[in-house]
Amino acid sequence: MSPWFRHLPAVPIVLPLLAAATLLLFAERARALRIAIACASITAQLAAAIMLLALTTEAFPDIWPQGVGAYAIGAWPAPFGIVLVIDRLTGLMLALAAVIGLAVFINSLAFWDRVGPHFHALLQLLLMGVNGAFLTGDLFNLFVFFEVLLAASYGLLLHGSNSQRVKMGLHYIVVNLVGSLLFLIGVSLIYGVAGTLNMADLPARAAALSGADRALFDAAAAVLGIAFLTKAGCWPLNFWLPGTYAAASPPVAAAFAILTKVGVYALLRLGSLIGSADALAHIEGSALLRPDLFRGGMFYIGIATMGFGIFGTLAAQQLARVVGYSVIVSSGLLLTIIGLDHTPLLAPALFYLVGSVLATSAFFMLTGMTGRAWRTPVPFPTASAVPLPVALGNYVPFGVRLAPVPQAEDAEVGVAIPAAMAFMGLMFAFCVLLVTGSPPLSGFVAKFAILSAAIQAAQGAPWATAAWILVGVTIAAGLASLIALTRIGMRLFWSATGRNTPRLRVLEAGPVALLVLLCIGLTVAAGPAMGFLEDTAASLRAPRIYIDTVLATGEGR
Amino acid sequence: MEILFAIAIGVLSGSGVWLLLRPRTFQVIVGLALLSYAVNLFIFGMGRLVTGRAPIVGAHPVDPASLADPVPQALVLTAIVIGFATTALLLVVLLAARGLTGTDHVDGRESP
Repeated sequence: MSPWFRHLPAVPIVLPLLAAATLLLFAERARALRIAIACASITAQLAAAIMLLALTTEAFPDIWPQGVGAYAIGAWPAPFGIVLVIDRLTGLMLALAAVIGLAVFINSLAFWDRVGPHFHALLQLLLMGVNGAFLTGDLFNLFVFFEVLLAASYGLLLHGSNSQRVKMGLHYIVVNLVGSLLFLIGVSLIYGVAGTLNMADLPARAAALSGADRALFDAAAAVLGIAFLTKAGCWPLNFWLPGTYAAASPPVAAAFAILTKVGVYALLRLGSLIGSADALAHIEGSALLRPDLFRGGMFYIGIATMGFGIFGTLAAQQLARVVGYSVIVSSGLLLTIIGLDHTPLLAPALFYLVGSVLATSAFFMLTGMTGRAWRTPVPFPTASAVPLPVALGNYVPFGVRLAPVPQAEDAEVGVAIPAAMAFMGLMFAFCVLLVTGSPPLSGFVAKFAILSAAIQAAQGAPWATAAWILVGVTIAAGLASLIALTRIGMRLFWSATGRNTPRLRVLEAGPVALLVLLCIGLTVAAGPAMGFLEDTAASLRAPRIYIDTVLATGEGR
Repeated sequence: MEILFAIAIGVLSGSGVWLLLRPRTFQVIVGLALLSYAVNLFIFGMGRLVTGRAPIVGAHPVDPASLADPVPQALVLTAIVIGFATTALLLVVLLAARGLTGTDHVDGRESP
C-alpha cells in the first residue's frame, strides 16, 4: 500500500478544519478569496470521498482487501487510541455529504452567503463534523464530532438572523443540548461498565458482561439510542424539526437534510456492532415489547414517526414545512426498517436514504426560489430588514461588518437563466416525483425495492404483520405527500395571480439541477448502485471484518 | 461518599429538569447548566470514586490498582469545554431572542 493512501481517511476531517480556520483569517470583503478557498476545500473533499468510496470496493483489492480500512490517529493502537474507520457505508455517506456540501456551497453564492458573517467557514465546520461522525471508530469521538456539527448548525441556522430564526434556533439549540447530555450519559455509562470506548472493542466486552452489568449496559445503549433518535428526528422527539428547517435559510435547510441521517447512520453503525445477532434490539430496549414479533421498539417508533410525518405533511400549508415533514417521513421509514432488522430490506433502505437526502436537499433549495415568485413586492429577507432589538442598539453580530447586501433582486448581478418559471416548474415536478416515490425516478425504485422486499418477508410467518404494516404506511406516506405537494404545486404554479417571475441565476438553479440529475443518474444506474448497497448491507450484517481490521492496528507493534 | 455523590447528582439533575421545563429562557439556561453539572459529575463517577490515587503513570512500572482511571477525567474536561461553549452560544441566542421578540418566553410570545 502506498503510504500516501494510508492518510486519506483523515482528509475529510482535517481539510474542512484547515479551510474553516483559513477562512476566518480573511475579512468578509475579500469575498473572491474566501470563495476560492471554500471551493477548493469542498472540491477536494468530494474527490477524497469518491476516492475512499472507490477504495472500499472490489476495484482496488490490494489496498483494503476486505473493503474496510482503519487509520490510527497519531499511530496509537486501536483499543487505546482513536481510530478512523472507513468501510462501504462510511464511504457512501462521505460522498453524499460532499455532494450536498458542494451543492449548498454553490447555491449560497447567489445570495445567501452575504446575509451574515462566516457562512463558508460554518459550512466547512458542519462538513467536518458530519464527516468526522461518519468516520470515527470511537464513541466519545463520535460525541465530539456531533458537537462540532451541531455547533456549526446552530451558527448556520441563525445565519441571516431574523426573529423567526432566532426563536426556532432557541428551541433547536435547547433540544440538541439536552440530546447531547443524554449522549454523554450513555457514553460514560458504557465506559463505566464495559471499560472501553472503541466501537470495535465494544462487542466483545459487551458480550462478556452478565447480570447487573449487562442490564446497565443495555440501559446505557438505550440512553444513547434516545440521543441518536433525537438527532434522527423520530417521533416524539421531533417537534422542533419542521419549524426549524422552514425557518432556516434555504441553502442551510438543504445542508440540514443530511443531519438527520447522521443519527440514522449512528444507529445503523452501533446496531451493526453491538452484538450482531440481537444487535438493534439492544439499542432501543426491546424487552418492553414482544421481541419475537417485531424485534423491538424501533419498529413502532419508526411507524409513529411516519404517521406524524403523514399528518404533518397533510396539515402543512408552507412548502418548506411540507419538505420538513417529508424529512421526518424518510427518517421514519429508515427507522422502521432498522427496527425490522431484516437483511434484504437494508440495501433498498440505503438506496432510499441516498435518494431522499439528495431530493429533499434539492427541494429545500427550490423553496428558496419559489418563495420569491409570488410575494409582491419581493424584498429579500436581509439582516438589515430585521428591526433591530432595542436592547441591542447598534448591535453588529460578532463584531463583523458585512459587505453590502443587494436589497432587491434587480440589484443582483450574474447570469440569469431563461424560462425561470418553466425551470422551476420542471424541478418542482421532479422533486415531487422523487420525494413521493412516484415513477419513474429513483424514489420509485427505492420504494419499489422496499415494498417488494417487505412483501417477500411477509411470506415468513413471524414477519407477516410487521411487513404488511410497513407496506401500508409506506404507501400512505407516498400518497399523503403527493396530495400535499400537488395542492401546493397548483397554488404555486397554476392558480397564482399577481406573481412575478423571478430572475434565477445559474448559481442558484444549477445545484438543484445537479442534485436532480444525480437522482436521475441513480435511477438509470439503479442496478450497479443496488449491487454496491447489497455489499454494504452484507458488511453491516457481518461486522467481524470491521472489528478485526480496527483491532489489527494494535498488532505488530 | 457514594451516597453523597449520588444525592448530589440527583438533586442537580432534578432541579435541572424542573428548570428546563419552565417557560422563561433564563430558567431554561440555568436548568441546562445544572443538568450539565450533573452529567459531568456522572462522567467523573464512572471512573469509580477513589481518593489518594493519581491518574498519572510514573516513570517506573507501577501497580494499576494504585492509579485512578484517567479516561473519565479526560472525558469530563472535554465535556466541560464543549458545554461551556454551547452554553455561551445559547446565552447570545437568548439575548437576541429577548431583543427581537420583546419577551423572555421560550415561545417568543406570552401564553394567553
